[in-house]
Amino acid sequence: MSRAALLVLADGRFPAGGHAHSGGAEAAVRAGRVTGAASLEEFCRGRLHTTGLVSAALAAAAALGADPVVLDAAADARSPSPALRAAARRLGRQLLRAARPAWPATELDALAREFPKGAHQPVVLGLVARAAGLGAADAAHCAAYECVGGPATATVRLLSLDPFEATAVLARLASEVDRVADQAVRAAHRVLDQGADALPAASAPLLEIGAEAHAAWPVRLFAS
Amino acid sequence: MDGVSTGVRAAARIVARGDGRGGTSLPVLEGEGPLAVRRTRASGDEARVLLVGAMSGPLGGDRFTVEAKAADGARLRLGSSAATIALPGQTKEEARYEVRLDVAAGAELHWLPEQLISARGSELTVTTRIRLASGARLVYREEQVLGRFGEEPGRLTSRLAVRLDGRPLLDQELSCGPGAPGGWDGPAVLAGHRALGQLLVVRPEFVDAPVAARPLGECAALCPLAGPAVLVTAVAPDALRLRHVLDGALRDLS
Repeated sequence: MSRAALLVLADGRFPAGGHAHSGGAEAAVRAGRVTGAASLEEFCRGRLHTTGLVSAALAAAAALGADPVVLDAAADARSPSPALRAAARRLGRQLLRAARPAWPATELDALAREFPKGAHQPVVLGLVARAAGLGAADAAHCAAYECVGGPATATVRLLSLDPFEATAVLARLASEVDRVADQAVRAAHRVLDQGADALPAASAPLLEIGAEAHAAWPVRLFAS
Repeated sequence: MDGVSTGVRAAARIVARGDGRGGTSLPVLEGEGPLAVRRTRASGDEARVLLVGAMSGPLGGDRFTVEAKAADGARLRLGSSAATIALPGQTKEEARYEVRLDVAAGAELHWLPEQLISARGSELTVTTRIRLASGARLVYREEQVLGRFGEEPGRLTSRLAVRLDGRPLLDQELSCGPGAPGGWDGPAVLAGHRALGQLLVVRPEFVDAPVAARPLGECAALCPLAGPAVLVTAVAPDALRLRHVLDGALRDLS
């Protein structure tokens, strides 16, 4: 594997459109559930162990070569909110567009043909990691980190939170991100033997509920 | 895997089938101990069955299994006479409650039990697996209450996995209480709410007449799934307000 390729893929400046999404933070801030660094940390921790774990396992399974069509259907079943499914597909399409020139691969061309409207972002992420010569653990780390990095960055803008504090939140969560990524990789290996039912299905009711409330607002700072 | 379990093992099995005269017969209706079953007065072509908890539980170490099948032409409505209360047992072992529901094409199953209450010190894993044939109809409600009044909850893990025509339709797991993965009570997951529930409605008509997503107040949302189904997800301060939201949503969908 190339450690530098992992840095390119995980870089917030990678042009995959993630900056336009708050990962549910905008809805949580409006509802008064996230008001500062401490509640941001709890928000990120909850997201990490639910959708973060599921995303990381999907990415790791895709990186190991599991069928992306099967993984995409499993991702649909784990995302009741249509707003979140739409956001995940939009992000998946943008990631694929940015990644194909970076790491040309027939698997990525096939994925673009199979999902013209975009596949779920974690599935795309796993296949991109594969194309970049990265492994399942790399893909899982990218997905798990992204699931906390997005809300932390967004909250800096939403609450004018001190960016040093937001970064400290991410640093404090680092060991939990590692553990979730490890858990995701173990689940991904089980997927190869047992099928997609072995993927975790951890859910966060308020993220689903908040996403639908957010989608109904006339004006929003973030797309999701 | 289980080793020697000191808990209670109990099972209930119900099979419903269209009787060919516009009603529903129950060729299999078996239950025992804490999962006794009673057939109650039918309503129209629908058979009604109640799970009658003959004792409280599940306690730590207990293994409960409920299997219900709505075969060709059946209309089956299942409920429970009282809330299920997960309590700590004599052993340190967790309790397990498994529910398996099968619905054939054209058959209809309503699963509308009372709440599951996770009492302090209890440890329960509930697994619900639902298999629907293409053309099956389902109304499924589950409600969890974290702790009796003013009480800390126990540890509860609940997974709901639904397949329609062999494909995954919905797969959701929630873990809460002491020892659950971090953030379960935080702003992304439950934010201090002590009651949570899901209402799943599957109908072939949703293919041609999909329902639009909408928020239901601050703490619930109605979501069309990627298939002919609608899921209402709700959190609430208590069981009463949760039931109010789910009942209202079910009325709107009827």
